[in-house]
Amino acid sequence: MAEKEYAYYAGCSLEGTAVEYDMSMRQVFKALGVKIREPEDWSCCGSTPAHTVDHLFAAALAARNLTIIEKMGTDTVTVPCPSCLSAFKRAHLSMTADESFKNEVNELLDEPYGGGVIPKSTLQIMIEDVGLDAVASKVTHALPGLVVAPYYGCILTRPPEIAQFDDPENPMSMDKILQAVGVKVADYAFKMECCGAAFGVPKKDMVNRLTYRVLSMALDAGANCIAVACPLCQQNLDLRQSQVNSTMGASFNIPILYFSQIVGLTYGLSPKELGMDKLVVSADEVVRSRIAVEELEKKEAETRAEAVAKAAEKEKKAKAKEDNTKTEET
Amino acid sequence: MRVGVFICHCGSNIAGTIDVAQAAAELRKVPGVAFATNYMYTCSEPGQDEIKQAIQREKLDRIVVAACSPRMHELTFRRTIEKAGLNRYFLEMANIREHISWVGLDKEANTNKAIDAIKMAVAKVMQNKPLYSSSFKVNKRVLVIGGGVAGMQAALDCGDGGLEVVLVEKSPSVGGMMARLDKTFPTIDCSICILGPKMVDVAQHDKIKLYAYSEIEDIKGYVGNYQVRIRRKATYVDWTKCTGCGLCMEKCPSKNSYDYFNFGVAPTKAINIPFPQAIPKKAKIDPDFCRQFTKGKCGVCAKICPTGAINYEMQDEIVTEDVGAIVVASGYGLIDMDKFPEYGAGRYPDVISGIQYERLLNASGPTEGHIVRPSDHTEPKTIVFVSCAGSRDKSLGIPYCSNFCCMYIAKQAILTKDHIPDSQSYVFYMDIRSPGKGYDEFTRRAQEDYGAKYVRGRVSRIYPKGKKMVVVGADTLLGTQVEVEADLVVLATAVTAAPGAAQLAEKLHISYDTFGFYVESHPKLRPVETNTSGVYLAGAAQGPKDIPASVGQGSAAAAKVLALFSKDMLESDPAVAKVNENTCVGCLKCKLTCPFGAIQEKELRGGRVVANVIETVCAGCGVCTSTCPCGAIQLSHFTDNQLLAEVNAICQK
Amino acid sequence: MDTLNLTKSMDLNFIEQVSRESGQNPSLCYQCGNCTAGCPYTHYFDYPVSQIMRLLQAGQRNIILTSKAIWLCATCETCTTRCPCEIDVAMIMDTLRIIARRENKVSEKDIKLFYDSFLDSMKEHGRLFEMGTLLAYNLKSGHYFADADLGPKVLEKGKIHFFPKNIKGKDQVAKIFTRFQEKAKKHG
Repeated sequence: MAEKEYAYYAGCSLEGTAVEYDMSMRQVFKALGVKIREPEDWSCCGSTPAHTVDHLFAAALAARNLTIIEKMGTDTVTVPCPSCLSAFKRAHLSMTADESFKNEVNELLDEPYGGGVIPKSTLQIMIEDVGLDAVASKVTHALPGLVVAPYYGCILTRPPEIAQFDDPENPMSMDKILQAVGVKVADYAFKMECCGAAFGVPKKDMVNRLTYRVLSMALDAGANCIAVACPLCQQNLDLRQSQVNSTMGASFNIPILYFSQIVGLTYGLSPKELGMDKLVVSADEVVRSRIAVEELEKKEAETRAEAVAKAAEKEKKAKAKEDNTKTEET
Repeated sequence: MRVGVFICHCGSNIAGTIDVAQAAAELRKVPGVAFATNYMYTCSEPGQDEIKQAIQREKLDRIVVAACSPRMHELTFRRTIEKAGLNRYFLEMANIREHISWVGLDKEANTNKAIDAIKMAVAKVMQNKPLYSSSFKVNKRVLVIGGGVAGMQAALDCGDGGLEVVLVEKSPSVGGMMARLDKTFPTIDCSICILGPKMVDVAQHDKIKLYAYSEIEDIKGYVGNYQVRIRRKATYVDWTKCTGCGLCMEKCPSKNSYDYFNFGVAPTKAINIPFPQAIPKKAKIDPDFCRQFTKGKCGVCAKICPTGAINYEMQDEIVTEDVGAIVVASGYGLIDMDKFPEYGAGRYPDVISGIQYERLLNASGPTEGHIVRPSDHTEPKTIVFVSCAGSRDKSLGIPYCSNFCCMYIAKQAILTKDHIPDSQSYVFYMDIRSPGKGYDEFTRRAQEDYGAKYVRGRVSRIYPKGKKMVVVGADTLLGTQVEVEADLVVLATAVTAAPGAAQLAEKLHISYDTFGFYVESHPKLRPVETNTSGVYLAGAAQGPKDIPASVGQGSAAAAKVLALFSKDMLESDPAVAKVNENTCVGCLKCKLTCPFGAIQEKELRGGRVVANVIETVCAGCGVCTSTCPCGAIQLSHFTDNQLLAEVNAICQK
Repeated sequence: MDTLNLTKSMDLNFIEQVSRESGQNPSLCYQCGNCTAGCPYTHYFDYPVSQIMRLLQAGQRNIILTSKAIWLCATCETCTTRCPCEIDVAMIMDTLRIIARRENKVSEKDIKLFYDSFLDSMKEHGRLFEMGTLLAYNLKSGHYFADADLGPKVLEKGKIHFFPKNIKGKDQVAKIFTRFQEKAKKHG
């Protein structure tokens, strides 16, 4: 697995408002020995706006990058952003299924796309190619007290014909990865409810209302942190959390971390390199709570021993009291 | 040889796109054809008379009728020519309707094709040989597979008609799905109260032999003479000693056995009598959950049983029964709850299926008729019923409607109000299907008199919120999304084929459709017969249906059996395979390929082995004929020479 | 709603056009409402999505193309994933949006403006220049202070750049735009 080189398409958000996703994902891949390489001179995939113009046009914008990746000599591109991933998958699937569509798309490009690149999310690479055992093997630290609600967002696993990954109604890949690194995961029923997507700028109130529900259901599930795998979800939940509070009259203060940041923390990586300080809702407490696994085990053993000692003491005292009462009676 | 050709107009069905007069004229030119004519409706009485008169008048000895498919009227015309004194196998039909006039509109092309087709039939009929049926005895005993209401009805009607009946039921008690119901629509009759007497009758009928907790192992033979091997599964309790006292069930320490009768809505003991009115009322051990079997340590039931009926060493037993006809009434299944992840079915305990809810409503059920939430055993006040969970859903591979869910949901909504007067029921539906007698009035009652709120729209999602389950659906009549915070959610899960239906069908050599339901001979006119003679269908095994329809089919199947047995001898079909022992090399490839097991080895004098066809088992499929490397086995009425004659006829251009 | 004269107002060509461009068959829909039931945005739609489907079946071209619903759809794919008739409802909504844009019928100007600002940035630089896009949107929409509260937050974290990063192949990207526009003009 360490031999294969994946193309890594960060996407426009990861260069800007989602830079911590890029930083932490690269760190985690490095720790796991996953070889990645950025496609040279990649362009924007088109995301949501392109597919509102035309499907051919949208496929072409995405396919320009697939051509570059094809030339890199790799057959897989791993994509952290679900929106980019969806654009790539749709372009790839429709071009490989329909020869005439493929030709029409290639007419818009300088260089044609052959059809040999499979797009996969970074989550998919971690759970399928790397595997839970390898993911768990690098853990050196624990995050006690952290209860995470894994939030997948709507298009990571939907529709099943395009996403071809995990379950469209109850995905568990992020849950499993977080559990593998020793983090407590809440049973979160709202893991796939839409956050408002690209409407953050033009329709802020709509987004606030939707993210309000995502946030409050996470609290209801007993979580004190939400893990995400999508830059847009993260933005709507983190950057706009103050807006949610003012629009909906709430007082949320829930850190929204990328799942790769959480994994990175358990690997003992530097919080700065994981972009922890880039988060708008502070995750300082999460970072502070981090403790080396051996230390945690030592502490827990000590607590256990203390408890046993206390219980024995209590029993002794109670027995002594009983004896006294008996003597008194006699 | 004088061949008579009769070309039918079939009104305008054929004559509309084929020039029948021209076809007749062309056929008169064919050597061997002594007479050719066209007629409006050949199958009608005057039409048949035409044929009979022409045979006498023109001294015809072979007949070709060019008309509809032989599946429609081959038998009719065979009888016609037989009445006129000819052997019935001197008839050939050319299908110029389904194969020609119904396919295209080009009159010239159709007429030419029709002429070719009729010439083929003429060439064949000139090669036909007379064939004669032989008679064979029929064993007037009937096997009924399935002890639900349809099977029991069939068994009782056959028994009352004087026939000996063998009734085989897979589960430990008869009663099927109906025994699990609390009340039945539209009369709110108590289900077991009306079914119980039938169950007792079946057990006590002097003509009915009941094998409970048994399955069909295999079936050999042919109509009138089947040998059926039945596997009597080990119950680990000697039913000749068991009195049904229930002490074992009381004392059994293994409390988490899956309760098949209650569809798992609550656990049961490893040794149990499935329900109080079970027939036979005997105990059975489930070895998957019994500690004696899984851990080797227990034996409480054996110690406590007053008659010493427990036998951990019991083995399955195979018995053989000979019968002449079979009625298949193996019932239906229900779709798995895990097919509804968006409803949280299988994950959250307060989302249950209709049949599980039925068991909660039932006074002899695991909660003694108290409706409680499986999660915390509190009484629900808001209950949501979701129709069409799986039915009419192409994406789940179930495009059909399950027939009775609309009705039972209305019933359950009514009963819920009776049990919990301050409850509020909601029913999410797409359509209300209530076609039977009193059915629509019944569904209206639920809404008008019992306060059930019917919301027209599907449910998209169900998720937990605190102690409640939030049901998110749509009200398409209002044009809005709706939410209901429910205490309990009941899904009307789709009806499927019974588990093991396909395997049973293969043993019986009957057809089943994509969904596993058994295929009837004709969807309109022959709903209880199959294309395999001697095997009849009854009940939901043929397709989802309610109790009155199942009972009706049970009686119908019995009537068919009684008609079959009204004669002492049955006629065999002579269009079967025959082996030419001179040319047969004894390779026995035909024996391997015969799907019906109709070919056996035969040793001739001198030790040479050849193939031999058991005529009564042979179904005339012809697979052996195409397998045989030397043409030694031929299918009568479809011999190589006869078929080659047809080919030659078209190639003469 | 006024009495709908179906004989006169049912635009069969429109139904055929939408079917062809989306690859979906609207007559498969039996109006169960599952799409509306699962739609997170239905609260904001003027017509819930199952009614858009019904309007499509009834060939009501103008009502659909001037509706807000088609612009407020986020393509979250919930409807598509759950439709029992296996209709890709999100694809139909997308197609309706594309047709509306082609005919310049835009009921949600801000949303289209946001998309256009995004695309302009792409065409100009090859990648999304977030700052430029947001400023352009704010100016053109007249919502000068939209998300002004968030500005300082992203700036202090260094999450947004003041200057665009032009890729070498930005002309290639721009060419995709122009080639597409030419093609669209040719085909009408």
